[in-house]
Amino acid sequence: MPELLLDVKGLETTFKTPDGIVHAVNGVSFGLKEGETLGVVGESGCGKSVTMLSVLGLIPSPPGKIKSGTAHFFGRDLLKMTTAEIRQIRGAQIGMVFQDPMTSLNPVLTIGRQLEEPLVVHLGMTRAQAAIRAAELLTMVGIPNAKDRLSDYPHQFSGGMRQRVMIAMALACSPQVLIADEPTTALDVTIQAQITDLVKRLRSELGMAIIWITHDLGVVAGLAQRVIVMYGGFIIEESMVNELYVNPTHPYTIGLLGSLPRVDASGHEILTSIEGSPPLLYEKPTRCPFAPRCKWAMERCWKENPTLETIAPDHRVACWVDVKTGRAR
Amino acid sequence: MADSNVLIRVDNLVKHFPIMRGLFQKQVGAVRAVDGVSFEVKRGETLGLVGESGCGKSTTGRAVLQLYRPTSGSVHFDGADLTKIKGEELRAMRRKMQMIFQDPYASLNPRMTVGEIVREPLIVHNVAIESEANERVKQLLELVKLNPSFSTRYPHEFSGGQRQRIGIARALALQPSFIVCDEPISALDVSIQAQVVNLLEELQKEFNLTYLFIAHDLSMVRHISDRVAVMYLGVIVELATRDELYSHPLHPYSQALLSAVPIPDPVAETARQRIILTGDPPSPANPPSGCRFRTRCPIAEAKCAESRPDFREIKPGHFVACFFADRYI
Repeated sequence: MPELLLDVKGLETTFKTPDGIVHAVNGVSFGLKEGETLGVVGESGCGKSVTMLSVLGLIPSPPGKIKSGTAHFFGRDLLKMTTAEIRQIRGAQIGMVFQDPMTSLNPVLTIGRQLEEPLVVHLGMTRAQAAIRAAELLTMVGIPNAKDRLSDYPHQFSGGMRQRVMIAMALACSPQVLIADEPTTALDVTIQAQITDLVKRLRSELGMAIIWITHDLGVVAGLAQRVIVMYGGFIIEESMVNELYVNPTHPYTIGLLGSLPRVDASGHEILTSIEGSPPLLYEKPTRCPFAPRCKWAMERCWKENPTLETIAPDHRVACWVDVKTGRAR
Repeated sequence: MADSNVLIRVDNLVKHFPIMRGLFQKQVGAVRAVDGVSFEVKRGETLGLVGESGCGKSTTGRAVLQLYRPTSGSVHFDGADLTKIKGEELRAMRRKMQMIFQDPYASLNPRMTVGEIVREPLIVHNVAIESEANERVKQLLELVKLNPSFSTRYPHEFSGGQRQRIGIARALALQPSFIVCDEPISALDVSIQAQVVNLLEELQKEFNLTYLFIAHDLSMVRHISDRVAVMYLGVIVELATRDELYSHPLHPYSQALLSAVPIPDPVAETARQRIILTGDPPSPANPPSGCRFRTRCPIAEAKCAESRPDFREIKPGHFVACFFADRYI
């Protein structure tokens, strides 16, 4: 087995809110191999973003608190690092792209200034060297007249262009890992296609590993090699991408795939919706988080929370029920 | 055209928003949000209206309902030209046409209970007295699969999907024949989207409703629509029956748009050919001459800049606005 680039074990993150403690991430473990693209899928509030923010030390504390867990990156635990130490890693060895390119860019600094910053801070370049490299980076992400555009401000770029700038910034220091949190969600579909196309090209050119967080199972299908499905702060299924779509095993994954219409369908499709709504997470679940919405739920599902079990090579699922037979696994 | 099957006929609808500048608020230009669209909606059918943000699809929906007064053009509904009538006459027509909004958080008054929200149309239009109205509210809530006892609660107590049901109940209160659904599911989680779409389909069958379904999600539009119109920068570029449009798109923009939609299936995703459009859509305040799409079109020629292609019926029921559409037949 190849060495894991990033190895997260037992991560638990909570938030203190006026209404009580929210258990956002409840013991999540996963690994990222060198050069692979890992899709993290789930609906809003499932803990997919909080997991990655925790790993990166970007959870504001208070109200957030990392209760337990480790996240090893090149042999060092990111969760135990001081702010100064993790800053050496963020933006240098791990690049980040967030959903909303307008709020992630500083509106009063030029694009050039913002692109040069990581180069100066992490790579120790001079301003003049950084300016040359920044223009190269903008060209790499497909922005025409890169040199002239360095003096422009974020509002002078369209949404798709801003996301390209964000990607250029994330890749400025040639990171081993790129973490992208819903990077195409705010974009139109033709622009989304441009961005995913760009990421695929950069991946083959630069060979970085990618963690791609999204709620869109369509985007993941075309981009990821391996997929993690999250629900209620847990990983409920993990599989290679081809296996997951052909052989979804957790009732939630099955429901999610069944509720998606396909643009290439023929005739009328029936959408099987999942009844009910996602859990609020005010209590640390002692049962399966999906049980209230699950067609197959048995007595045990209401009493004990299933753990991730390997059911086939590279395929793990957290469910007491074997959906194919409707009986206990 | 006096087809009795046609409920709504929109002819050359135009909506420009003036751009004002300076001390005396002189008009210096116009955002040509909708620039001459024509279509019909038949009784009991769903016409899908798709396009990317800023293409004018929502403005079209609102201009049809006279929520924006069109700059020019006509909207024939049930024998009357809505653009010509006003006051009490228009108010009476409004009972027959309702709207479901995108954002279930912004479209419900937070200070009103659910009962008051759903009852309001009944009271405003004097169709029921207080006691009857309460009975009707109960029926309506049951219709959208909400517990009638929820009527004393406030919108903030509900999830996004439930709120959208409240909005649907309000739209149904006056037993309309026509409903404009403006991105009714795009603010909802994937597993909830299917619930709401299935509900809309059931209600359509039960009450023979006619929908204008506005959305940017092409897969969902395919699922719910009988016919689909594709908009780009204020004009409809193609309109056809659902299966015809999705299997034989003739306009280069429709082709690119459809090829860009991700499919939740890794095998189909890797096999398909994408048409990646370059650049971003131009501003509707300053649209290109001739064909609106020519600046991004892969097959544009000199004549595309000179005149606007007619929106012509190239095959029975299949309309397209492109000089070169015959190539793809």
